[in-house]
Amino acid sequence: MMMLRDLPARGGIGMQGEDEIASIGMCIGAAMTGARVMTASAGPGISLYSENIGMAIMGEVPLVIVDVQRLGPSTGAATTTAQGDVQFVRWGTAGGFPVIAICPSSVAECYTLTMKAFDLAERFRCPVFLMADKELALTMRSVDPADYARVEVRDRDIVDPADKNPPPEYRFDPPDEVVPMQLYGGSHPVRFTGSTHTEEAFITKKPSIVGALNDHLVSKISDHVDEIAMVEADIDDEAETLLISYGVTSGSMREAVAAARGEGTKVSSLTIKTLWPVPEANIMTAALGVSRVVVAELNPGLYMREIERVLPHVEILSIARTDGVLISPDQLHEVII
Amino acid sequence: MSLELLPQPTLRTEADYPFCPGCGHGPVLDALNEALVKLELAPHEVVIVSDIGCSGLSDQYFTTSAFHGLHGRSITYATGIKLMRPDLTVVVIMGDGGTGIGGAHLLSAARRNIGITVLVLNNFNFGMTGGQHSTTTPEGSLTPTTPAGNLEHPLDICATVGVNGAAFSYRGTSFDDDLSDRIAEGITTDGFSILDVWDLCTAYFVRNNKFSRRQIDTTMETLGLESGVLYRNDKSEFAIAYRKLAEGQHEGLRVTKVAASAPVLLDTRRHFVVAGSAGGRVRSAARLVSLAAMRSGWWSAQRDDYPITVKSGHSVSEVIMSPEEIHYSGVEKPDVLVVVSDDGLGKSGPYLEHMDASGTVFVAAGLDLPPTGARVVTVDPASADTRIPSASLALAMVANAIHHTGLVPFDSFEATAGSGSFGEKNLELVTVGKTLVTS
Repeated sequence: MMMLRDLPARGGIGMQGEDEIASIGMCIGAAMTGARVMTASAGPGISLYSENIGMAIMGEVPLVIVDVQRLGPSTGAATTTAQGDVQFVRWGTAGGFPVIAICPSSVAECYTLTMKAFDLAERFRCPVFLMADKELALTMRSVDPADYARVEVRDRDIVDPADKNPPPEYRFDPPDEVVPMQLYGGSHPVRFTGSTHTEEAFITKKPSIVGALNDHLVSKISDHVDEIAMVEADIDDEAETLLISYGVTSGSMREAVAAARGEGTKVSSLTIKTLWPVPEANIMTAALGVSRVVVAELNPGLYMREIERVLPHVEILSIARTDGVLISPDQLHEVII
Repeated sequence: MSLELLPQPTLRTEADYPFCPGCGHGPVLDALNEALVKLELAPHEVVIVSDIGCSGLSDQYFTTSAFHGLHGRSITYATGIKLMRPDLTVVVIMGDGGTGIGGAHLLSAARRNIGITVLVLNNFNFGMTGGQHSTTTPEGSLTPTTPAGNLEHPLDICATVGVNGAAFSYRGTSFDDDLSDRIAEGITTDGFSILDVWDLCTAYFVRNNKFSRRQIDTTMETLGLESGVLYRNDKSEFAIAYRKLAEGQHEGLRVTKVAASAPVLLDTRRHFVVAGSAGGRVRSAARLVSLAAMRSGWWSAQRDDYPITVKSGHSVSEVIMSPEEIHYSGVEKPDVLVVVSDDGLGKSGPYLEHMDASGTVFVAAGLDLPPTGARVVTVDPASADTRIPSASLALAMVANAIHHTGLVPFDSFEATAGSGSFGEKNLELVTVGKTLVTS
């Protein structure tokens, strides 16, 4: 709501759509004129975004979606915290194509990672989720201005609007490359479609073209995980246990680790800031030498399955909570010792 | 002579339309092309936003910019484009199917009066997917999904948007001679314009209902609907009005900077909870404690809990104060708990269970506190010289608790309370609270 007040004076536009479908739709339309766009909701609203998330993937639209997670399923509990959407945002639209999801674990990171989300959206021309939660959004905290570093957000890479003979709207080969975007309102017409399309954005079902298009939508992200992967690893080389968490639960983890180390217990921790694509290499590196991994999250153990997949030979323990109460440092402390 | 000086002879591509023989969509699109040519618009100045269905194929037959989106949502994309670029001509082409699916968008676009033009190719059924009934299917009509006849009343598109603020609405048919002029009129209207153009779906609706050009007219008569330009509203176009309104606005984001002006060494984390009633200014009383902690050079966090009804029931605020950054914001065992009202007492159970002799409960006299291991201080609001209103009791009791326990330095608390727009009133209450009789 602050942004609705703030944006007009800065030359931007802040709107409350008639529903989440309208909000994301307006964002996508506006993005095609060159605007940086963001829409925000909680789980129930993300459900309504679903079809348009797929369209933004297909049309390669830079788009930031904020999910302030609350307890589900369904309307769940209003203003009750949870982290139940971590798989949902990845798989919440038809087709199974990738998106990017990043997850702040402190109030200051809500600031820095929002900028990062916009930067990634420009770099990869895709929806980028910012996965906050009620606890981060609504708990007032004192913060240190020093933590509010400015993150560089790249300008949109666009085809010169004055170009009278522009290249096609899209390019699928090489598959991992993202080409400059073409925007409405320049000196040449620009096409967009949410259906499978040629590089000129005309609808096609020709398998060779559709295959190349869809390979491109996957490769542009999967071939560049190293540019997207963000973790915060706090490693003790002699630790037998590695705690893994993300978002607000990482806060509890930081306190539990500090307390355990204060007692002389050796323990490592890993805060995952990029949930999607899964930062597999970072997870494997952090787990080197440990015999046990504990995954703490406010959902029925949803991200643990990714950790199990990445670390098939390590004992994995899940601390999962779905009662609307935060996982406390004490609860984690019990499993460290 | 330069070719560029000539008006565009057409904004159609060379490709033939893909529509069925006898389908009305082609003539309507031809009329749209004529309108765009008459208005001397260049391809890059126009964005055609197409919906889904047979009408959704339309954009591919124009040389203009194009956006082919999701079923029923075309108005939302068009709105986003127009909001950012009011100079562009944005034309939505949708069917009656999409009009029904995106009914909320249609209404909202009309109410906003966003300056887009919506061309509804209305053939009374979902023609691309088998002829299922839509929101405009006349009663009694046979479709695969209404095998015994449609029971639903058809949507009057023009009246619906017309009474809800649309700048221009027109009803006609694909056979109208003046259709291109009416489309041009819609496009040049400053605001939301819609053209509900009835046409024939020869693949399904015509076949299933022995429908014809003549029956388009008789259906209109039977339903008591008129044709032509039916509604006009004179109201500012949204994207322009928004910019005008924005001129007078100021940036809204405010940062509260609190200097650690009276630093005090803190060895360990402290937890404070005030539990009262909504409307009792519980949160603002707790906020003074949070800010006083910051003034003392401590980290602080405040979590408020209240029912969604906001102005009734409980209001509980937890405050954590710490020498180090607070990563975990939960409070299980407060050092000090202030219970202001019955509503607050109802939410205090878990705190009271966890508290032991190291903690203190300040409870308003008359509340029935259950047994607890904590030290209990009963505060008597009636001991004040003047009656303390219920909306002020939380602050008075918080002041009393801070005064007695020093959980946060009282000087800092007092200084915090005295600053800001309610400073004078707050200070009065702090003074009253400090002297309340306790037992």
